[in-house]
Amino acid sequence: MPLSTQSQSEDVQDVLVANLDNARSLSNILKAITCKDHAIFTATANGLKVTVEDCKCMQANAFIQADIFQEFTLKDDIVVFQINLTVLLDCLNIFGGTPAAGVSTALRMCYRGYGYPLTLFLEEGGVVTVCKINTSEPEEPIDFEFSSSNVTNKVILLSESLKEAFSELDLTSEVLEITMSPSQPYFRLSTFGNSGNAHYDYSKDSDMMELFQCNRTQTNRYKMSLLKPSTKALAISCKVSVRTDSRGVLSLQYLVRNDDGQICFVEYFCCPDEEVEEG
Amino acid sequence: MQCVVTGGNVKVLGKAVHSLSRIGDELYVEPQEEGLALRSVNSSRSAYASFLFAPLFFSRYSIPRGLNFRCKLAIKSVQTVFRSLATLEKTVEKCHIGLDEQKDRLTFTLHCKHGLLKTHNLSYQDSESLEAVFDKDSCANVFRAQPRVLVDTVVHFPTSLEEVTLTLSDERMWVRNHVEDEAERSKAVLTELCLAADEFDHFDIKLHNSITFCLKEFRGLLLFAESTGLPVTMYLDEPGSPVVLSVTDSVLEGNFVLATLSDDHYLRQSNRGADAEQTRPPDDFMNDDMDAYLIAMDSSVAPGPSTADPPSLAAFRKPPAPNYRTRTYSEEEEDGEEDPERPPDKKFRSLFFGSVLPPSPRRSSQPFTTQEVLASDSEEDEAEAD
Repeated sequence: MPLSTQSQSEDVQDVLVANLDNARSLSNILKAITCKDHAIFTATANGLKVTVEDCKCMQANAFIQADIFQEFTLKDDIVVFQINLTVLLDCLNIFGGTPAAGVSTALRMCYRGYGYPLTLFLEEGGVVTVCKINTSEPEEPIDFEFSSSNVTNKVILLSESLKEAFSELDLTSEVLEITMSPSQPYFRLSTFGNSGNAHYDYSKDSDMMELFQCNRTQTNRYKMSLLKPSTKALAISCKVSVRTDSRGVLSLQYLVRNDDGQICFVEYFCCPDEEVEEG
Repeated sequence: MQCVVTGGNVKVLGKAVHSLSRIGDELYVEPQEEGLALRSVNSSRSAYASFLFAPLFFSRYSIPRGLNFRCKLAIKSVQTVFRSLATLEKTVEKCHIGLDEQKDRLTFTLHCKHGLLKTHNLSYQDSESLEAVFDKDSCANVFRAQPRVLVDTVVHFPTSLEEVTLTLSDERMWVRNHVEDEAERSKAVLTELCLAADEFDHFDIKLHNSITFCLKEFRGLLLFAESTGLPVTMYLDEPGSPVVLSVTDSVLEGNFVLATLSDDHYLRQSNRGADAEQTRPPDDFMNDDMDAYLIAMDSSVAPGPSTADPPSLAAFRKPPAPNYRTRTYSEEEEDGEEDPERPPDKKFRSLFFGSVLPPSPRRSSQPFTTQEVLASDSEEDEAEAD
């Protein structure tokens, strides 16, 4: 294993070292949050959190727990850096995106600290590629102050049922309206496009609905352009939790199972577009 | 207006919409006593398609007595309702079509598995009745084939190919790609298939001739016919008069009317006479003798029906179509006033629509005498260019 024979002296200086047998586990989940180039990496003892933001109204987070990595070593309590996500994804797929069955790209990711590049060692079939990607000053991610105590409505659906709706969404509609209500229509997605409007109503008793906790009727509109990227996360997920808080901020949490059956999470936050008169 | 479609019929309805989308950009919806009519016409009005779903097609069909409602919708938005035909069959249990006249919306409601309810409220425009005038019963040539036979035939032609030519004899039908002009002809790949009469369920040919029409719309109908397994009946007459493709079932009827390329009959009479009959080579295939067949294969270039292709066809240039986009029914008659300097915009004769005609069905041949003049202009242009 070429990766394990890297000189130990280098490791000593690195504040973050993470090894992964299959780089696809990381690239797949990072793909699900690519909507802007710049991503903030935050490593803690729990694992890695990657954050992408758009228009100060939307934030996408990918969580990769520490135990998904074969090795995950941190010298500090918290390590934060910003990096170009598109470049990182290109590097992770440097041996080609879809390798033959049984062949996987191994990854060793090292970061020496503030001002240093992120170094990737990628190995496939005995060939090692070393990539160094410059890091930049991390921006402060937006805190949506979304706390579970403030959640008004929450539903958990099997992703399968939402995939159909999202693939059929009328993209001529500027907004996606989400209605959650303890009475009919329970959970509704609406679009208002050039040729008319469309509603997708999910019954609360559906076997696609794993959990239905709605306390109050809420209707909020979200910019289609901001929510559309979440389709990528939906596509690889098996369950999705849709929550709104009292201000109408939307949280979409996707449970993603990777190739090895391990579980990762992707979370989207989105601010409502405008006030909609209720009733 | 209340229409409810259930089970497999939802997919049939969806397929009909998809196949109409191969014709035009708008879907004309007309609920009638005898069923729900869905129609479309292309921008140059050279192709028209119509489906009529009988009340029995629906599990419920009720329209208020004396309802005189017709509308047109953007076909794309209706396609969205029936977006994925594969899942339609699996997931949709019931489709309800209703009219909200207050809000000017046509509502499609799909009741899907797992309690999912999809509602599409589509805005519409009022429209005139859209009906092409054609009389398929008076067509000289009629044949009926299983959709598979025709699908397997057209599959050999590239999707970029615009027109095919059918040549009919008593015992055979040839299908070949239509090549615009002589210059192209020397470079182009010519593909020709021959189908024997016994490939067809019914084959009744009275007039031996070659008919050229657009492949795209033909494929549109085949899309529907193939998925429903309904045989396709084709009604053909002389070159220039429309060809009618039709699928029928006890609960539905679909008719596609396509303009055909005129062989410039009236003008060329002097030098060609009854060209189709004269230039047609004797049908080598007529004798069921194997030797004769082999000879025919050997020399297929010379005696094949390709030679029947009248050179005058070359005169019909590609249409710079957009002019016709905004045309309405009545403008059809203004065609004669076009700038005589300009070559004709379309090579296909438009179909004539019922809204400007008395409702009695009649053959749409004489309104096109003006078109002949246009054709002759381009003929002269050709000659001068040469």
